[in-house]
Amino acid sequence: MRFFTESKWYLAVAFVIYIILKALFASNIASPYIQQIIQYAIIIALASLGLNIIYGFTGQFSLGHAAFYGIGAYTSAYLTKTLGIDNIFYYIPVLMACSVISGFIGLLIGIPILKLKDDFLAIATLGFGTLVRVFFDNSDKISDVLGGSRGFVGIPKITNLELVLFFTLIIIIITRYMINSRFGLFLRCIKDDELAASSIGINTTNMKLLAFTYGCMLAGFGGAFYANLYTFLHPSNFDILKSIDFLIIVIIGGMGNIMGTIFASVIWVGFIEGLRIVLPSEILDIRWVVIPILLIFIMMWRPYGIMVKKPK
Amino acid sequence: MKILEVIDLEKAFGGVRAVDRLSFFIEEGEIFGIIGPNGAGKTTLFNLISGIYSPDKGRVIFKGKDITGAMPYKLSHLGIARTFQNMRLFNGLTVLENVLSAVLSKRAYNIFHAVFRTKGYLIGEKEAYNTASELIESFGLTEKAGYPASSLSYGEQRRLELARALATKPTLMLIDEPGAGMNPREIGDLASIIKTIKKKFSVTIAIIEHQMNLIMNISDRIMVMDFGEEIMTGTPQEVKKDKRVIEAYLGEELD
Repeated sequence: MRFFTESKWYLAVAFVIYIILKALFASNIASPYIQQIIQYAIIIALASLGLNIIYGFTGQFSLGHAAFYGIGAYTSAYLTKTLGIDNIFYYIPVLMACSVISGFIGLLIGIPILKLKDDFLAIATLGFGTLVRVFFDNSDKISDVLGGSRGFVGIPKITNLELVLFFTLIIIIITRYMINSRFGLFLRCIKDDELAASSIGINTTNMKLLAFTYGCMLAGFGGAFYANLYTFLHPSNFDILKSIDFLIIVIIGGMGNIMGTIFASVIWVGFIEGLRIVLPSEILDIRWVVIPILLIFIMMWRPYGIMVKKPK
Repeated sequence: MKILEVIDLEKAFGGVRAVDRLSFFIEEGEIFGIIGPNGAGKTTLFNLISGIYSPDKGRVIFKGKDITGAMPYKLSHLGIARTFQNMRLFNGLTVLENVLSAVLSKRAYNIFHAVFRTKGYLIGEKEAYNTASELIESFGLTEKAGYPASSLSYGEQRRLELARALATKPTLMLIDEPGAGMNPREIGDLASIIKTIKKKFSVTIAIIEHQMNLIMNISDRIMVMDFGEEIMTGTPQEVKKDKRVIEAYLGEELD
């Protein structure tokens, strides 16, 4: 089947990565804490890839990506906990459902707000992000399970390396195929000049909605994995700062660069968590001095992302 | 046969009537020139026909079908293509991709074909690639196919925009000031390019242009506009002689 044969190299590399990680995990060279971080990095890559479709490829600036990540996380947490799901065969449909729900909410929000451009779109998505955060904060009033501002506790731990790697790989392949097809081309046209895109026959409204919905689906997918990896959710994990994390990853990975986003996610998570290990806890907050300075240098050194020396 | 008919079209911006009760028609197969001083409403007229603005009043009939206020992408699918006064190329895309996107916007393989790389996808892509390559070749841009559109010279960018518009397989093409910023030699080339387009792709052409040599040379009929209204419409010879036109627009140029 061409779906796999045309991505031989991706499959091969993913397999090698899997073998290495599995060896590290099984032999306990990677402590459970490190194992968690590695899976988390892949999850962040998956969600960031969604934002890259929305912002990097299509140019629709979103400050609300963490909201869709959060919707996926809370949905999965709620479903797995209330349904008592603990094996992966029941978990896979839950993952799909979380992704679809995030995508559907993205679609509903996208219909009115994607008419807006640039700064106005940023403010509208920021508004939605805040709304979702406030909703999580007060969610215990709807159902006590959700935990509100105390956080959502006791989520079954189901996420494992195999699941995360497998689905991320499949989604990278799907995304590549979509981007390399006429649909990806249309998204890039819209980013460059929306008016010209519509004048050559591209239904820009639908294409923007497609990109936004798909991007939100990936965020929801990632969020679901996250909930069943850490087993605890707190509304503050899904606020504006998280959205900015995703933006930073997309920008340092390179706008419209799929593999760049993956590398940037791993570097970003590795760096933040790595500093946590390296730095003594009393000066841990110095991270938030080092990281912005580093970002400034990255932007000066590689303004088009770490993978690209010069624009084409 | 009338390919396009505009009836009592009106569009105002604030208090300014950019297009004011304008009526005219374009015959199939002709080159229809539109001239008039700056601010006469020519580009607004193109924006109204191509769906970028919707008119306050009046109707636009294309091939007997009322298309007033339709979305630009729908008009593109019906067969109306346009170029822009200030060129709106996709600068982040290569020359080939600029044309390819226009070809593919008509080509229907759906997203499942794309994701699962079916035969339909491969055939669709291949055909589009061939069509786009041919178009690029006929505009002499083959050597630049892989370069970003922004790296082209001004004249090349104008040609690319024409190629991209033609890639949508139009029957009516609206060309907005193709000669702007060109030197006299390039304008000479432009006249032959436009005549070739008309013949080779059998399209009807409406063209806005300030270069009198160009427009008088290529047009079958010319409409003169001022303050959003039609002053007169006629053959280039009739236009040159008309007193009202000379007063409003041509002025000393004919002395």
